[in-house]
Amino acid sequence: MDNIAGQKSSLSIVTNLCVLFLVLLWLVPTVGLLVSSFRDREQISQSGWWMAMFPVEQAFRVQPEADGVRQDGDLYVLEGNVFGTGSGSVAAFGITSRNPGAAETGQTYGRLKLEVRDSDGELDTENYETAWPADGAPEVPETDEDGRPVEGYSIDRALTMAPNGDFTWVQEGEIRRPPTLYVVAKQPPEFGLQNYELILYSNNMDRAFINTMTVTIPATIIPILIAAFAAYALAWMDFSGRQFLIAMVVGLLVVPLQLALVPLLTLHNKVGIGQSFLGIWLAHTGFGLPLAIYLLRNYMVGLPRDIIESAKVDGATDFQVFTKIVLPLSFPALASFAIFQFLWTWNDLLVAKVFLPSNSESWVMTVKIADDLLGSRGGDWGILAAAAFVSIAVPLLVFFAMQKYLVRGLLAGSVK
Amino acid sequence: MSPIFQGILTIFIGVTGCIAYFYLSNIVLDKVIFPPRTDDRGRNIRRATMVRPWLFMLPAMFALGLYLVYPVVGSFWRSLFNRSGDTFVGLGNYTQMFSESGFRTALFNNFLWVLVVPAASVFFGLLVAQLTDRLKWGNIAKSLIFMPMAISFVGASLIWKFVYTVDPQIGIINAIRDSLGLAAIDPLQIPFWNNFFLMVILVWIQTGFAMVILSAALRGIPEETIEAAIVDGANPFQLFFRIKVPQIKGTILVVWTTITILVLKVFDIVYAMTGGNFDTEILPSYMMDYMFRDDGRATAVAFVIMIIVLPVMIWNIRQARKEM
Repeated sequence: MDNIAGQKSSLSIVTNLCVLFLVLLWLVPTVGLLVSSFRDREQISQSGWWMAMFPVEQAFRVQPEADGVRQDGDLYVLEGNVFGTGSGSVAAFGITSRNPGAAETGQTYGRLKLEVRDSDGELDTENYETAWPADGAPEVPETDEDGRPVEGYSIDRALTMAPNGDFTWVQEGEIRRPPTLYVVAKQPPEFGLQNYELILYSNNMDRAFINTMTVTIPATIIPILIAAFAAYALAWMDFSGRQFLIAMVVGLLVVPLQLALVPLLTLHNKVGIGQSFLGIWLAHTGFGLPLAIYLLRNYMVGLPRDIIESAKVDGATDFQVFTKIVLPLSFPALASFAIFQFLWTWNDLLVAKVFLPSNSESWVMTVKIADDLLGSRGGDWGILAAAAFVSIAVPLLVFFAMQKYLVRGLLAGSVK
Repeated sequence: MSPIFQGILTIFIGVTGCIAYFYLSNIVLDKVIFPPRTDDRGRNIRRATMVRPWLFMLPAMFALGLYLVYPVVGSFWRSLFNRSGDTFVGLGNYTQMFSESGFRTALFNNFLWVLVVPAASVFFGLLVAQLTDRLKWGNIAKSLIFMPMAISFVGASLIWKFVYTVDPQIGIINAIRDSLGLAAIDPLQIPFWNNFFLMVILVWIQTGFAMVILSAALRGIPEETIEAAIVDGANPFQLFFRIKVPQIKGTILVVWTTITILVLKVFDIVYAMTGGNFDTEILPSYMMDYMFRDDGRATAVAFVIMIIVLPVMIWNIRQARKEM
């Protein structure tokens, strides 16, 4: 289509943009979680991951040292800086946890005691919180909420804050305990491995990681050997019933795993394997065999006939032909299947839930995430994201390193 | 015994066991049972050649028989018994199940999944395959869209749960709604449509698979047909829909059925996202609800899945026989 005059450039721009859009669409979910797994857990809930590079407004509580209190008339005054020796930038501040960002910097925020006249003529006091300019005086309403006239006020406590964190705390009584101040400050973005440390060292994810490894490696290696011999027999040996067996393997490719769960678990329990690692290795071996035989046979059938026949003429037995010629030549197919089986057993949840014991000692990572973390750590995205990437990292590594073989295997398995 | 040590031991026993079996059984066959040195050496060699394939096949056939053939029968047999497995109830589990709305919802939802997921995956796969065909950075783009294939269904669920989160400071969908002034929603709790939000996850994973295979098929189309169409004045869209797609129809069908089979097996996504709540149950997750509690019911559900898969299985076998 490139040679249609006048259409090429505009079409290729559109194509580029479309592909870019699709790639971004496909990447965004993963990138979001990846970014979040490195963010500070407080910050995750304060701003979206797409804002992760920008400072976050965070409210926190400060209790300054009650040193250097001086008396000013009836009032006691404490001065200092909320950042201590550090530095920062205050956006807003307050004196209660209900409203930590009640006033802006440059203002004073305080609690006043209003003197109000009751309907029966008695003087009553009432608390009233407001903000006013630091160099001015508070404005008080003429009547309170119930409509009683306000006749005067006194300051109970007040806080003045400059943007750099300098504050002045004023209080009616003596300052015995340090006051509690609330500050909303811009925090620089924080990235780190805390989530990963937390999930690995105190949440038993390391155990789950080792369990996943323990399940995966034998379950990948053992079926390859068994399948390779069978595939050779189906590809290069003549015997009656061969066609039927190949058809059976193709049929078994699509048998739903679900069928196997109950009968095999019952069987495992009867012969004493029960729910155990041995059980899951056997199960994965059985379930992986049809694909292994199918892929390997398809590949072996395509090997050049001359090599194999001349070897046989020279007196090689089938066993020698297989081990010396066919097996080394089939390396790409073996690699393809190994990757498939590795990804499949590593990522499997169903077989692990059924064939492994359900105690937390033998949880693999998928079970750990689905049954434990999603429930108990439901909203803790720092932990969840880190856990997800601990479990995804190895398959992704394998995927990008061995993509060539994976694609080749997919093609051999489907388009043949 | 620690599982790691057990694992290493198993690899050792498994690998040496396999090698020893194949090696020794061949020696026994050649040297002991049919030794080619007696008078009828020709007949013995022929006999050994007849037996050898079965030696090669034996472990695989045993494992396949035990782990895949026996369960088909075993599951059906078990599904005819009640919960505890001691009373024969005939098709009682099936009639009971079909009369319950929970199962019918699962069946209906599964029907939606089978309809939507393969179609959407093939659509996007074909789109990406065609668009990246002549692109300089096409391989990078394909590799990135292919990447979710490596991620577990549980991991993918987690990734998308994050996207769907209600809090507009966390979930990107609600952040976009928030910036447009719309109220936050929980996509997983909107009746009926929540099924589609779950399907998105599987489409996200499977598009890469469809793309890889369809891309190879597109490359395999003979150049002449395309050149002829261009000479005849076909525009790019006609070229794609009238010339290319018809030629890869077979491959599209294979991809379609492969994903269909997968849809009928995947319980992880529903399990991790909603636990089957909010009317999102599908057959595989429905079965897991009964696993360990009512084996009669669980096997009945599994067998229903098997019956749905059966036509595809027969079609696959027919295709395979045609090629042999």
